[in-house]
Amino acid sequence: MSSVRPPIPEPGIQWSRDAVLTLPADRPVRVLRKYWNICRVSLIERLTYRADFFLATLLRFLPMLTTILLWQAVYAGADATKGQQELSGFTFSEMVAYLLLVHISRMFSSMPGLAAGIARDVREGTLKKYLIQPIDMIAYLVSYRAAHKMAYIATSALPYGLLFLLCWPIFPDISLSYWKVAAYIVSLFLGFLIGFFFEAAIGMVGFWFLEVTSLLYIVNTLNFFVSGQMFPVDLLPHPWDWILKLLPFQYMAYFPAAILLGKVEGTDLICQLLGEVVWVVVFIALSRWLYRLGLKRYSAYGG
Amino acid sequence: MPIIEANDLTKVYRVSQKKKGLLAAVRGLYRREYKEVRAVDGVRFTIEPGEMVGFLGPNGAGKTTTLKMLSGLIYPTSGTARVLDFVPWERARAFRQQFSLVMGQKNQLWWDLPASDSFELHREIYSLDKTRFNQTVGELTEMFAVQGLTRQPVRELSLGERMKMELIAALLHQPQLLLLDEPTIGLDVVAQVTIQKCLKEYNAHRGVTVLLTSHNMRDVEALCTRVMVITHGKVIYDGPLAGITEQFGQSKLVRLQFMGETTPDGLDRFGEVTRREGPAAELKIERQRVAQAVADVLDHYTVVDLSVEDPPLDQVIARVFQEGHTNHELRSSTNS
Repeated sequence: MSSVRPPIPEPGIQWSRDAVLTLPADRPVRVLRKYWNICRVSLIERLTYRADFFLATLLRFLPMLTTILLWQAVYAGADATKGQQELSGFTFSEMVAYLLLVHISRMFSSMPGLAAGIARDVREGTLKKYLIQPIDMIAYLVSYRAAHKMAYIATSALPYGLLFLLCWPIFPDISLSYWKVAAYIVSLFLGFLIGFFFEAAIGMVGFWFLEVTSLLYIVNTLNFFVSGQMFPVDLLPHPWDWILKLLPFQYMAYFPAAILLGKVEGTDLICQLLGEVVWVVVFIALSRWLYRLGLKRYSAYGG
Repeated sequence: MPIIEANDLTKVYRVSQKKKGLLAAVRGLYRREYKEVRAVDGVRFTIEPGEMVGFLGPNGAGKTTTLKMLSGLIYPTSGTARVLDFVPWERARAFRQQFSLVMGQKNQLWWDLPASDSFELHREIYSLDKTRFNQTVGELTEMFAVQGLTRQPVRELSLGERMKMELIAALLHQPQLLLLDEPTIGLDVVAQVTIQKCLKEYNAHRGVTVLLTSHNMRDVEALCTRVMVITHGKVIYDGPLAGITEQFGQSKLVRLQFMGETTPDGLDRFGEVTRREGPAAELKIERQRVAQAVADVLDHYTVVDLSVEDPPLDQVIARVFQEGHTNHELRSSTNS
């Protein structure tokens, strides 16, 4: 692979006489720029895997098809036995739209490999790079993940667009206002933060248990249900639908989709958005706190 | 002001004991037994700016643990240290900006990307000025003779080239202190020599202080004017490399060439005969007895040629490692 190269470097390198110039880095603007640039460099890295992305996105649609067929049967059954056109306020076409929109929510809030990656860094000692370099692990991972998401969204825009076009005939009428779209975008962004810091907090458990895959499996299985990925949380009987709407999980799937379908509006929408902000803060604090405790333990026992 | 000052650094690990058998394993689920391991035991030394110091010791002697404490990865159980005038495990930003830790075989570079992308990331992490950064990359790639390889994905590089890239990445922010853990592990001799040469040249130009651990005596011989030997968590020698032989080499190697076709009998009364071939012989003779033995040999036999040498350094080191924590806790003063 590598050809033979002169082993001894040629003499006469022009060594600069100046000391290294480090830009001042404590100003917030500079810090933001730093992590933005890290995000930009990470984006280049992620784009090297674009073929992999494309395939993964395509494969994601296969289970969706079976789900749509299943719901078709459920609605046909409800219509035949009780003469119902709606289930908890969702018509069949709304249900199909919901299932597609939930995928968009998950595009922002799902964090594959984040928790397992943190646990691996702890177990294999690669965590040290965050401790010896002037960089904050959580901020770095946020930048990296943001880049990852941008690359993912960019590469999956085409297949998603195709799918929406295909489903267009059975789509419900969605009235869009500026406020609705703005609230939707905000909820997607906050969903990214909740998803990130929730899974980061799980990853921090790796400081104590080294292996988090089984915990993660349980959490993800539960999350699939309580976040509304399987069906809208409205379908559950009282008071369960209310309980799930108070929990943070619905923000990772149900909430953005519900906004766009006009299921949450007015003061209800504003209260839910505020609740989402609170949960973001809670998870940021939780993951920071666990990280601090974990580092203490790591520095004392392992390394 | 010294770059590194370690005072009675001690690190005790608590290692959980796993017993054999299913029953013991089940019991271990709710009750664990721990054993205390003193990985580093009261290590004390100082390193001045610009020094290149080798840290020698067998596996598990405490070299890496010491490096981890000095780079702030782990807290000591007791003792203090100041590195670049910081307490390392407080991990101050300004401290992290000024040193580098490179561990052989653990790569920090992005595997599927060209090294230059990883360099770019380092530029962001260390907030380096762009023109100065480009200058530094130019200097370093020229020194390591890898100019043409920075645009190639790291996974396509040979092990030696990869290590060079790792070192370049570690030097981009021009650290004052470079901690190297087994930098040439697994590399062929040519790559080893290049890396040694480059580190030496870099040290000469930039005055970087280097503390390196290695099993590879060649590294230490090529780079370090001063070595510290550590076994069982204790520094048992600190001084120039040549001094090790004086302190621990208890015998010398005497090479003899006799007149005639064969060696005479009865040589073993002078010392251990380690080689005998035609008229040539090699004897291992205790230090204090060398002068007397040589005089006796010259008295009794016709000798064509004679030389007295120190045994090879790695043999001496191997002996030191094997004996480990014997009673000689000698510590020669450093003369740097």
